[in-house]
This record gives sequence, C-alpha cells and structure tokens, in this order.
Amino acid sequence: MSSEQDHLKETDTEARFEFKKEQNAAVKSDKGLTEEVIRMISEDKDEPDWMLERRLRALQQYQNMPMPSGWPGMPDLSELDVEEIVPYIRPDVDKREGVDDWTELPDEIKDTFDKLGIPEAEKNALSGVGAQYESEVVYQNMQEQWEEKGVIFMNMDRAVQEHPDLVKEHFMTTCVPPSDNKFAALHGAVWSGGSFVYVPEGVTVEMPVQAYFRMNSEGMGQFEHTLIIAEEGSEVHYIEGCSAPKYGTHNLHSGGVEVFVGEDAHVQYSTVQNWSKNTFNLNTKRAIVEENGTMEWVSGSMGSKATMLYPCSILKGRGATDTHITIAFAGEGQDIDTGAKVYHNAPNTKSTIESKSISKDGGRTNYRGLVHIADGAENSSTAVECDALMFDNESTSDTMPYMEIEESKVDVAHEATVGKIGDEDIFYLQSRGLDDDDAKKMIVAGFIEPITEELPIEYAVELNRLIELEMEGSLG
Amino acid sequence: MARLELRNLHAEVAEGDEKILDGVDLEVESGEIHALMGPNGSGKSTTAKVIAGHPAYEVTEGDVLIHLEEGEFGDDIEIDEDQRTWDLLDLEPNERAALGVFLGFQYPAEIEGVTMTNFLRTALNAKIEEREELFEDEETEEEEEDEGFETSPMEGPADEGEIGVAEFQGILQEKMEQLDMDEKFAQRYLNAGFSGGEKKQNEVLQAAILEPSVAVLDEIDSGLDIDRLQDVSNGINALRDEQGTGILQITHYQRILDYVEPDHVHVMLDGKIAKSGGPELAEELEDKGYDWVREEVYGTA
Repeated sequence: MSSEQDHLKETDTEARFEFKKEQNAAVKSDKGLTEEVIRMISEDKDEPDWMLERRLRALQQYQNMPMPSGWPGMPDLSELDVEEIVPYIRPDVDKREGVDDWTELPDEIKDTFDKLGIPEAEKNALSGVGAQYESEVVYQNMQEQWEEKGVIFMNMDRAVQEHPDLVKEHFMTTCVPPSDNKFAALHGAVWSGGSFVYVPEGVTVEMPVQAYFRMNSEGMGQFEHTLIIAEEGSEVHYIEGCSAPKYGTHNLHSGGVEVFVGEDAHVQYSTVQNWSKNTFNLNTKRAIVEENGTMEWVSGSMGSKATMLYPCSILKGRGATDTHITIAFAGEGQDIDTGAKVYHNAPNTKSTIESKSISKDGGRTNYRGLVHIADGAENSSTAVECDALMFDNESTSDTMPYMEIEESKVDVAHEATVGKIGDEDIFYLQSRGLDDDDAKKMIVAGFIEPITEELPIEYAVELNRLIELEMEGSLG
Repeated sequence: MARLELRNLHAEVAEGDEKILDGVDLEVESGEIHALMGPNGSGKSTTAKVIAGHPAYEVTEGDVLIHLEEGEFGDDIEIDEDQRTWDLLDLEPNERAALGVFLGFQYPAEIEGVTMTNFLRTALNAKIEEREELFEDEETEEEEEDEGFETSPMEGPADEGEIGVAEFQGILQEKMEQLDMDEKFAQRYLNAGFSGGEKKQNEVLQAAILEPSVAVLDEIDSGLDIDRLQDVSNGINALRDEQGTGILQITHYQRILDYVEPDHVHVMLDGKIAKSGGPELAEELEDKGYDWVREEVYGTA
C-alpha cells in the first residue's frame, strides 16, 4: 500500500473523495461545462455527428434553464456546483477500465464490500476491474442465448455505434427530452455508459437482465443512460445498480432512464442503489406505456446526501398499468426526496404506488408524488400508499401527494401512515430473546419486505444487509 | 427446577408516579401451575410486564429473582454455583428470556413482513446465543454441524451452533401439530391479521418452542371460543407436563381453570396478593366474586 493510501485512511470521508479526485484527474480537461468539454467526450467515444449535436443542444438547454427551486420542502442543492463536477467526467471516460487494482479502491468501499460479504471475484467485477471473472463469463453466456431471440443488451455507448436507428428514434426524444428539467438537460450533454435493452415483439426474457456489475466498468456511470425498448407482447425484467457505494470522486449522479413499453408488453425495472454520502443523486426516469402494457418500478434508494427521484409512467394506451414500489432510507445528514409520477392519459388505466421510507438520526425522507388523471381517462384507478417509519424524534418524514384529477369517472385512493418504531413491538420481540438492535432490524426487514419479495434473492439479501449496516451506522 | 420469586415488589408507571404494585410476594416453581386472579386494575398485567422487563414501568422496591439449577438448559450449559440466582431487574428483556422467562401477551404485537418461521428461528437462536454469553461458556457446541447450506439465503447461513432452517422446520412442524395448528401458520406474518384466538394459540406455540422455565401467561383465555380454549389449555398443560415449565396463569375467570388445573390460586387486590389458596379458591371466587376477599382481608367491602 502506498503512502498515499495510508494518507487516505487518516483523512475524513470528504477528504478521501477529494484525494481521489486529484488522482483521477491525471488526464484532465478544462474546468467548466463548455462546448469544448462536450466535444471531447463525444470524440473520445467516437460518436456519430448526430449524437454530438444532441449533446450540444442539450448543453444549450442546460445553460438556459434555472436550477429547480420553489418546491416546498425540496432538498438543499446549494452545495452542488456543477461547474466543479464536469472535469471529473473526462478522466472517467478516458480511463475505461476503472481502477487497475482492488487495493486502489477507497477503504470505505472495500469495507462495505467486506461487510456485505461479497466474494472477492464479485468485488472485482463490481468495482469495474477485469472482465475475466466468472460472473462476467456467465453474463456472456446468457447474452448469447438472448441474441438468438433477437434481444439486444449492450452498453449504451456501443448501442449508439451499432444500433443507430433504434437509438436515434428513442434516445431522449419523446420520453425524456433534455428540455424536461435542468438535470435531464445536463444528462443529455454529458451522459456516458449505461444500458441498452431491446426486446423484439413477442419475446419473453425469462431471466432478469442485470446491469449489476457493468455500471462501474463503464467509467463511473455517474451519468449513465438506460434505454429499454420492449416491443409488443414482449416481457423483460431489468435490474440495475450495484448496491455498493459507487467508486466515484463525483458528488453528482444524474442518470437517465427511458422505457418504452409496447402494447401488451410487460417491463419491470428494478434498482437497488447505495450512493456515497457526498453524492447528489438527481435523476430522471420515465416510461411510456402503450395499450394494455404494464410497467413496474421497484427501487431501493440508499445513501447519497440528497436524492431527488420520481420515476414516472405515462399511461398512454387504453388499459395500461403501472406499479411503483419504492423504499428510501435516510440517516444523519441525508435528505431523500423520492416518490412517483403517473399520468393517466387513456381510459381504463390503473396505477398502484407503494412507498416506504425509513429515517434515522435526523435524516429526512419525503414522499413526493403526482398522479394526474386526464379528462377522458374514464374508469381509471389509482391507489397510493405511503408508509414512513422513524427511529427517533430527530428524524423527519413528509408526504406530499399531489393528485390532479380531471375526470370524474375514476377511483382514487390515498393512504399514508407515519409512525415511530413501536416500543410495544420492540418489547414483544425482546421478550422473545432478540436484543434491542435485532428487534429493530427485524421490524425494518419486515417493513421493507414488499420490496425485497419483488427482487431476485441476491438483491433482496443485499438490500437487507445494506439496511442493517445503515442501522448500525457502520457504512461509510 | 427453576424458581421465579417476586419479593416485596413495588412498581409504578415510569412516566408519572402512579403506584401500581404495592408489595407483591409470589413464588412459581417449574412444574407448577399458579393462577393469578383479581379484578381489573388490580395489577395483574403490570406484574407480568414487570417480570418481563417492560420499559413503561419502574420498580421502586423489591426483587424479581430467578433461581436455576444444574441441567436447566440441557447438558450444553454448565451453571456454576454463583450463577444460579439472577436478579431479573438488572437484566434486559432479552436476557430474561434467555434465562427462561416467557411472557405470553394479552395483546401480542403484529409484525408485518416477518414470517413466523423466520421470527421463531431467530428468537430461538438469539436465546441460545444469549445464554452462552450470560454463562460465559466458550466451549459449548463447537462440534455442532454447520447447517449453513440448508438455510434460506434470505436469512443468511446459520452460524456455528445455530439452528438452521431445515432443522427448525422440523421443530416447528412438530410443535404445531401438537397444538393442532394449520401448517400455513408457518409462512404467515407474525400475528398480522390473526384472529384473537390464533394470537393466543401463537403465544402458546412460542412458549412451546422457546421452552421457558417459567411462563407468565397474561389473560391467555380472553376472547377465546370454547374449542380454541381447549386447544390453548392443552398447549399449556403440555408445557408443564412435557417441559416442566412453571406457569403463572393470569385470568379473570374460572373458565380456563377447568382445563388447566392450578396447584395454587392467588387473588390480587390493589397491587398485592390479598389471598392465596388451592384450586377451591378459584371456585369460591367464581361463586362469590372478589368483594368477600376484600372484606376478609381489609375488613371492608
């Protein structure tokens, strides 16, 4: 271990991130979000002109848009300096392999992997080191199987090169245009990496498509773009995100997710994410759902300093269905502002939102939701349920459910509960032999069970373990 | 043989100074059944909660002791001379549980998302672990087979000496059959959506699995129909007969005592034991109510 690494150990968390910034910035572009920087990114990726043009247009939009403000109770973004962030993208893009060696990872990330009990090989895959490990081979085998059916699953940068028509048509056009919000515009300008999934008509992909360990191998993935196209009658479950803190020097993650759910198609998008505590996590995720299509969002949001994330479904076709299941955990100094948006734009559409949040040690969670039922979307129904669990009197939890109902023949239900972890519940479990901590863990594990049961077992296990670690305050 | 002993126990509500227990003396030995009767508000439930360590009550005077004997927890744990008597008031509720004290709740908590199987296995393992810590026996159970591979990944692999999922399934199934419980119970969430009777049955099931030395059952008979009352009573008798558990049966009514025959009956009035006797005392109470006891003890009605 170098003396620099020793130095790392001695410094506080923030300084550690600072330190990595310097190290990574060895190949460094000019500071500031400029046209030159965008051209450099695009050139480095050897992109076609049309993508560069989109980036530049997005940049322009970004520069012309104000920061979001005036939202009641919105997280404080004043410490976020986007101009300071962009230069760190350049070296990430340039250094595609990630770190060369496990030992170069920051200690807190290594510790997290250890505490999660993730085996060495997987750790290496997660940290973006080496494609030669077992898990990667498995991934390739599965990929071949899919390819025979015409399924495409590749990194987004490659998709731009190899499937320009599909990407050109769908990438930040109708679903998440850069004009949507300032961070969507930023994302459009500097995006890098992410996943491209295409499922042809009538094809069911039985295994979940996982972008579990690819995220970091594509540079940092802090501005990753995910584009999922599920043609008519197809079915796919996409799982994204590693549940460890991102190896990253950045303090901004601004991802973009676009999902096209064809007629009678079924897409589940699941994510378990745990960001380092200095990260601003500001994303735009949206699905357009055609007739009788089904979109399911399942997400666990952990970590970050502040998160603003409201996955959105536009129920465009008659009979389209949306399900949202989200969980948020906020500890000390964290503000997790998350929820769901659903636009019912056609008759007989249906949405269900189930949001759960846990706050502890002064953390804040907020459910911010919008359900819009358009005039003419008759016989549509929505049910929103928000449950908040608080550990102590210092923590806060808010619920801000907006309902815009323009049609009278609809069924709307909203239910919210906020509670402190019940003393009687804890005592009951203690009287059966569990200590105070284990009793709390068990109650929380039960509280999030609706999420974990939707996830493949390994993600569910990790989500549980992550939350346990957060509760012990032992994550960096 | 274990013995639970309440000596001159005084307790009040922790926030506020409302006195509830005013010098309770009581002894329950394993293998015995004691009925604790009395009108509402006499302190019966408080006694139960104080024994188990409920944080809402503060003990202002007196002791709650448990005396243990060699072999109390099987052959694995050796109980030294100086570890045979513990003052429960110095211990956390889970440590009391580990020493063999069980509280059957009148209103058990409902815990969503936690299956009965997962909960009971966790509780059983927690108790085993806590016992080892309490008795500081580092040598125990080292040769125990690691059941890790048989466990459900959701619950993680069993540590050394823990009871794995497969082994536990066997234990649970057997106990549920004894209590005539539907095997679907195992996968239901802890008490969530259980009927009153199911909850009570579940309390007895938990006692059967955790094998306490002394079980305090707080109005386990309330809200039970006659069939369920019989099931629950059979469970309580089995606890005593098969595991030698000492039972402190808190109840309003004579009814359950027709099925669970007490060795001793105590009448609680105004926070203390006003009168004790044999099973005939319960019958007398059934006929005459509590006022005559008050009259007899205090000389007033």
